[in-house]
Amino acid sequence: MMGEQVPGRYQVQRWTILSITSTVAFAVLVVVLTFVPVIFGIATTQKLTSLLILVILAVMWNALAGYGGLVSVGQQAFIGIGAYGTIYLTQQGIEPYVAMILAAIIAGVIALPVSLVLLRLRGGQFAIGAWVVAEVFAILVSLDQSLGGGTGISLTTLDVYSPSRRQAYTYWLALVMAVILLSAVIVLLRSRLGSSLRAIRDDEEAAASVGINVMQGKRILFILAAFGCGAAGALVLANTLFIETQSVFGVQWSAYMIFMVLVGGLGTVEGPIIGAVLFYLIQNRFADYGAWYLIGLGAVAILFALFVPRGIWGQIEARFHLHLLPVGYVLRRAESGGSAPSSPPGELPARASRGGHDD
Amino acid sequence: MVWANAIVQGVLLGGYYALLACGLSLMFGVMRIINLAHGDIAVIGAYLILVALQHTSMSPFTAALIVLPAMLILGYVLQQVLLERSREAGQLTPLLTTFGLAVVIQNAVLQIFSPDVQSFGGSAGDITTASWQINSEVSVPAIGALIFAVAVLVLGGLQLFLSRTRLGLEMRATAEDSDTAELVGINSRAVYARATALAVATAGLAGLFLGIRTTFEPTSGSTLLIFAFEAVVIGGFGSLWGTLLGGIALGVAQTIGEQINPEYSILAGHLVFLAVLASPRGSLLVSRGVQG
Amino acid sequence: MTLLKVESLDARHGLLQAVREVSFTVSEGETVALVGANGAGKTTLLRALAGAHRPSGGDVIFDEVAITNIPAYRRVRMGIVLVPEGRRLFPSLTVEENLLLATASGRSGVWNIETVLDAFPILRSLRRRPARNLSGGEQQAAAIGRGLMSNPRLLLLDEVSLGLAPVAIEAVYASVRTLIQNGTTILLVEQDLSRAMRVATRILCLLEGRVVLEGTPADLTRERIAAAYFGLGRTSGQETA
Repeated sequence: MMGEQVPGRYQVQRWTILSITSTVAFAVLVVVLTFVPVIFGIATTQKLTSLLILVILAVMWNALAGYGGLVSVGQQAFIGIGAYGTIYLTQQGIEPYVAMILAAIIAGVIALPVSLVLLRLRGGQFAIGAWVVAEVFAILVSLDQSLGGGTGISLTTLDVYSPSRRQAYTYWLALVMAVILLSAVIVLLRSRLGSSLRAIRDDEEAAASVGINVMQGKRILFILAAFGCGAAGALVLANTLFIETQSVFGVQWSAYMIFMVLVGGLGTVEGPIIGAVLFYLIQNRFADYGAWYLIGLGAVAILFALFVPRGIWGQIEARFHLHLLPVGYVLRRAESGGSAPSSPPGELPARASRGGHDD
Repeated sequence: MVWANAIVQGVLLGGYYALLACGLSLMFGVMRIINLAHGDIAVIGAYLILVALQHTSMSPFTAALIVLPAMLILGYVLQQVLLERSREAGQLTPLLTTFGLAVVIQNAVLQIFSPDVQSFGGSAGDITTASWQINSEVSVPAIGALIFAVAVLVLGGLQLFLSRTRLGLEMRATAEDSDTAELVGINSRAVYARATALAVATAGLAGLFLGIRTTFEPTSGSTLLIFAFEAVVIGGFGSLWGTLLGGIALGVAQTIGEQINPEYSILAGHLVFLAVLASPRGSLLVSRGVQG
Repeated sequence: MTLLKVESLDARHGLLQAVREVSFTVSEGETVALVGANGAGKTTLLRALAGAHRPSGGDVIFDEVAITNIPAYRRVRMGIVLVPEGRRLFPSLTVEENLLLATASGRSGVWNIETVLDAFPILRSLRRRPARNLSGGEQQAAAIGRGLMSNPRLLLLDEVSLGLAPVAIEAVYASVRTLIQNGTTILLVEQDLSRAMRVATRILCLLEGRVVLEGTPADLTRERIAAAYFGLGRTSGQETA
């Protein structure tokens, strides 16, 4: 006759030692990064600005696809709106950096009516529908001569600043936006909405059946992603000073985002950042190879989608149970003596049910 | 009366879009996969014919007799190598892999051929320039009529295949419930391979007419995909004849838009598409499988 | 002779272990009933035998051939046919099309479209009707008929009485009895214990994925079966994790 099992008492922890350490380390990193324009020259600062833009894009695409199950190949719509919105606002006399932020907000606002139509679609239909939306905006912009028509336009009002100042401001804005957007995603995931979103991603019907407002969750993600991509678009403009409809509304942005998130880790928080860094390095090294480089990107994306679906970070996370950023729950059995739990942070005692670790 | 001509041209253009779209519709109906590389596959068809033309003195139509069977095989291989794995891997995976495939195809074609714009209308003979003059405003180009006729034949043929043949019956059953199809002895993987082969072959046929009636380049696939998708959505998923109607609606929207202002033509098509989406009918956009 | 041999079969359903180390045999001509509460693993077991569900362990041997890794459609060609839970006819296809599909197996025998329609006369007038327009009882007749069209050596019936009016259930079981009389080997899942005991030559009771009782209706009393069904009298040392 076996002895009876007394179920232990459990507490829910939102932070583990590892995640606290990581968050602190992250904050330190951000502070350090703030000094880049001061220490390094324009060229390096511009490169790092590009990297930050990529991070923003990857985090946003991952928010849509990894948490909302919405694969969009049309986010370039909002990148373009952010860029051309900035041009338009500066033409109205608004200070360029303010214009950038406003343009991003406008992108988010435009996303609301767009979502009413687009979110009726699912899966591949949503993907191409988003692409059509991007094409529509591209055409509308190219028809407007004051925005440069199809041939492109420069952001001249930034000339009031000296090049190094301009680059520094752009970089700082990019850094601030990246931190804000990443924090927004984390806060979102930690909130009740975050759990609903993961439920939606796992099984939409089941989620709806327990009263989760699936549409609202998706809509919030869609608007956030539009805002983020709009910010990225504005930053692309500030970073390169010249844009044209084909480059800014082009579907290659979606290709980059898909690559970054697939390789980095779909559905993880840390994954997109890693993917962005990797993509940045690859782009720097191989972009000169032109078509071969893009063939390689596409092939790698396919291979990852088929064989490494969790991406690099997803694999690490699964193998080592590593969660650096605090988005999950840990269910820990309270020890009667008040001593520290014997299992390592992130690990759960054998008989406890698994909490909401995102995977 | 200029409008009458625009409408006629639009209808004929719609036949082309329907031909382009039916493969996309078929694959979605049977496998629930939207092949984001569909447009690029049509472009492959066009480039294959181009290669045949560059090395022989065939007409594009004769070249098609070789290229189309090759496309059937290509479709079969595509399904076995990529799509089956993608389907099994997850719901989002086919989107990601077919998008990756589109990137690979576009850039491989760019690498092998040049970015130059191509066409083989010149080698197709008089049919590309012939037309029937209906009245002073309206003329019906022979090539447009031919494409429309081929589209109707292909769609009709597919419909007959699905409703009257044994393999078509298996395909309809697998589209509705692949799990139970297996339980009655149907090899669903073989069904999917056939559907993909058919879809790729019809895309190849669309590629033939692409090269004859207009120009193409490595990046043309993206636009073709969008037009195909719009035709299917406007006409309603799940019905092959609906795809014809959708194609016609799209074609007419584009030609009428063009009448107003040449820069508006493609935009007009997009707007009709979005309007259909936004309409009450747009919320019925769930595929009911392939109707017999 | 032994037609089907199941050895230590394990099957998962998501994260749940639905079938645990199930072993039994079915001889030709037998009618074996699988009983057990909801969630006991009966449907998963049948699906695993039909090839629709991949087992995580164990073996299935049919007519001396190991079929554990053979896909469902090939098993149909070998003569194992499952009439799934919920009928699962193809809704937009007509009754006739549903029946004809099953000839994909290429097996010949007593059953063809005419003999099936003779066995289920109610279907004759419904031949051209889309399956979605049939009543529950009619659908069940069609589903069994579709199963028969493959001329099975082993017919697996999953809850054929589910959701049917008593009159319809009677009709279904009348046809099942005819099949038994014709010598068809049947393995059926049935919630209604009395029916199972009336029609089966042997009964297996499943609880939480395990076979907890096995015997002929003569040997087993209702009380014993009910006890096994509900898990009464289990020792508390039984592991459930």
